[in-house]
Amino acid sequence: MAEMKTAAYLCAGCGLGERLDLGQMEKIAQKEGKMALVRRHDFLCSSEGVALIRDDIEKEAVSHVVIAACSRRAKTEAFDFPTVAMSRANLREGVIWIVAEGAEHDEVRQEMANDYLRMGCAELKKMKLPEGNPNKAGNKTVLVVGAGISGMTAALETAKTGYEVVLVEKSGELGGWAAKLWKRVPSRAPYDKPQDTGVAELAAQVTSHQKIRVHLNSTLAETAGAPGRFKVKIAKESGAVAEEEVGAIIQASGFESYDIAKLPELGGGLPHVTDQAGLEVLAKTANGKPIKRADGGEIKSVAFVQCAGQRDDTGTHLPYCSGHCCATSIKQAMYFKDANPEVDTVVLYTDLRVPGMGEDFYRSAQEKGVIFTKAKVSKVESAGAASRVNFRDLILDEEVAMEADLVVLATGQVPNSGVNIDLPDEDETKSKQVSILNLNYRQGKDLPQLTHGLTDSHFICFPYETRRTGIYAAGPVRRPMDILQATEDATGAAMKAIQAVENADAGRASHPRVGDLSYPIVRLEGCTQCKRCTVECPFGAIDEDERRFPVFNESRCRRCGTCMGACPVRVISFENYSVDTVGNQIKAVDMPDEFSEKPRILILACENDAYPALDMAGLSRHVYSAFVRAIPVRCLGSVNSIWITDALNSGYDGVMMMGCKHGENYQCHFVKGSELANYRMSKIDDTLKQLGLEVERVASYEVAITDNARVATLINDYVAKIVEIGMSPMKGFG
Amino acid sequence: MSDHNNQAVARYRNDFLKEVEEHVEEGEWVKMCMQCGVCAGSCPLGAHWEHTPQKLFMMIRAGKREEVLRSDAMWMCTSCYNCVVRCPRHLPITHIMHGLASYAHRLGLAPKNQPTREFAKIFWDNLVNKGRVNELKLTLALYFKDGLVQGIKNALAMQSIGLGMVKAKRLNPMEIFGGHGLRDLKGFQAIVAKAREIEDKKKGYTN
Repeated sequence: MAEMKTAAYLCAGCGLGERLDLGQMEKIAQKEGKMALVRRHDFLCSSEGVALIRDDIEKEAVSHVVIAACSRRAKTEAFDFPTVAMSRANLREGVIWIVAEGAEHDEVRQEMANDYLRMGCAELKKMKLPEGNPNKAGNKTVLVVGAGISGMTAALETAKTGYEVVLVEKSGELGGWAAKLWKRVPSRAPYDKPQDTGVAELAAQVTSHQKIRVHLNSTLAETAGAPGRFKVKIAKESGAVAEEEVGAIIQASGFESYDIAKLPELGGGLPHVTDQAGLEVLAKTANGKPIKRADGGEIKSVAFVQCAGQRDDTGTHLPYCSGHCCATSIKQAMYFKDANPEVDTVVLYTDLRVPGMGEDFYRSAQEKGVIFTKAKVSKVESAGAASRVNFRDLILDEEVAMEADLVVLATGQVPNSGVNIDLPDEDETKSKQVSILNLNYRQGKDLPQLTHGLTDSHFICFPYETRRTGIYAAGPVRRPMDILQATEDATGAAMKAIQAVENADAGRASHPRVGDLSYPIVRLEGCTQCKRCTVECPFGAIDEDERRFPVFNESRCRRCGTCMGACPVRVISFENYSVDTVGNQIKAVDMPDEFSEKPRILILACENDAYPALDMAGLSRHVYSAFVRAIPVRCLGSVNSIWITDALNSGYDGVMMMGCKHGENYQCHFVKGSELANYRMSKIDDTLKQLGLEVERVASYEVAITDNARVATLINDYVAKIVEIGMSPMKGFG
Repeated sequence: MSDHNNQAVARYRNDFLKEVEEHVEEGEWVKMCMQCGVCAGSCPLGAHWEHTPQKLFMMIRAGKREEVLRSDAMWMCTSCYNCVVRCPRHLPITHIMHGLASYAHRLGLAPKNQPTREFAKIFWDNLVNKGRVNELKLTLALYFKDGLVQGIKNALAMQSIGLGMVKAKRLNPMEIFGGHGLRDLKGFQAIVAKAREIEDKKKGYTN
């Protein structure tokens, strides 16, 4: 690599020139920052200002640039210099917009700006220009696991864009659940009657597409590798094993219907009680003629029991709503009404939920004479040739019973997620769960589950993303859904898979740091094989070799730095983000002495939510204390405790850690980062006590991106508390 | 006219719903109720009814024939149309209420001594008699419907208003002697009879 040549650019625009003594700052950049070049411009993000920087890069061979202007989140298009390492000193959102107006605040405002400039210079000297994953690989084939509606749609959507697809299906034919249906809930206007499933057409398209290769009667015996270079062993029923190399994987392994044998109180097991799947079988047998019972008996009345074994708050059955079952029961009631309007059909529901255009379908069923009754069913029992349904009518507020020739239980979807890797003892020997992917990853064979066994990482913020890079979940394995939703889901997952193979090929990170060229670098000679990085990586990117050293699979990595935060010997780093880049910033701050009455408080702020909130506090002109110095971190999980110790040793009076909400309904972009940080910080109290410091000197906060007003209050309250506790006794020893 | 009164109605079957659809004005709308309860919450008299429209519609679907037809609820409707305006499913609830009342009356199941029902009877008889409403006779019939003593009490209580109306020529005491009718009373009565015939046929009371 060429020699490092540093340059600092100070902007005088946006009021920086009026509020700050830039002449003083130029000297700091030269003398303390030791910048080879220092320039000032009145309007740095203008084309003229950008040209000034570009000229220096080209003619003066500048390799490292500090831009002392606005926040690193602003003007990213103007300050886009991909060939140099760059740091940004946040003087606008971080200083002049948040320090109180007036000459009496000039001194602290200037000190704050000077410190941010010192920090920018200090960070820069430890940065390198990221060059991209050296172990990148460019296989662009997409593997789709499961050939139901979701799997077939994902395969077709991927193939249509020109990518090769390998489709693996456990059973002997394409179609999955949808192939077992007589008709589907309508997907087209006027949404008034059941419609053909369309599975045959979809399967024909899949079979005839040149870019799709189908393996039927096959399962995955092993999945190894990383995005761009997955190696999968496909085991056929015959015992043969095929090997495929793929770049990304879509898991569309679908669901099983909740077992009605677990619902004896609702008649599960009785002869004339079935589930929705069972009724589809009867409907297929009838083939458009009046549906008969399994024993051939005529059906004059049918009762549909909604939420059977679902939305259960006792903890016995499924706690969630499967979303499709109300519309499915409506559809099945229409099977009867369309064949013979004289058949009585009653839908017993507590809340009728028909997403999408389902209201039209519901109305159509009412027009056809399907009776809808708000009711809570307590018991289904045999009554001669029929069944008796006992329920509470929730409108009439009374216990009643009705008889029906057939009772249909609307049971829920149970995802085919494979093995729950978070339960240490759950493997094939102890439970009936069979692994879907058979990953050879250190953290387990299947994808981590979010909740209720569903394979996802966040239902709202990042759909399809799982916690395994390059592997995406689509369809009911991810969250309960109907055919229409599964189709959309599969299309989304297909796009994610395509992005993943392209990013892997270019050596870039994928979601959420899309395009990031930095990658984790480990100095193995210093490694003590403690396994913390391999255990704590939220994405299972790190395996272990036979000597128990970590093996980094860079293209599986999301670049959150959780491993860096975990490493007790600090051997993990990124080119532009490391223990040193942050550590140097912490130490660069000019520390006033114990009697100055000017405390210094370090803020380590997650760059995804907390740092934007700080910027927004500036934009909204929420004034906060000028005693704080904020450093953005990739994730709170990347915070190494050495930074805290260093900060306290060098005289900081307090440390505020700002990360995302963790635990249930977490908001961490790296899923477990903020949780791990919180766990690690729960142990820092002992360290503080050893240093003879108050435990309040390190505080953690959950900050959401919308907390711009709150973050100013948090800072001011914390500074007030530190002033009350008193200055740190550690000053002057650092 | 209908043998429905003698049939047992199975619960949560369509039998009674079908009966309502066939014989009650706008009865075909009952199945479209989605049980949101907006009508019940919107009714200014809701608290004074035995059953809200929401409940009545559910009772019809649950096959509670006797209770529906013997309910006083539909007689209490003041036709304010609040429910009709607010119903998200656009049910003509007010009309259904009147339809149910009319049907219950025809079947002889409507509650005895229900004041609205009695007034409606008096009004109708008064109207078809001469083709015009005889206000004096209508008022007196209403006052005396509960007997002579109560009638005199009612009349005395309203004395000043009545005299005031006479003075203002809004009420003609001479109307007590028959009053004036339509020019072609026979023709009017024939129209009413024909209308009833058509209506009965439409609602399936006659063939």
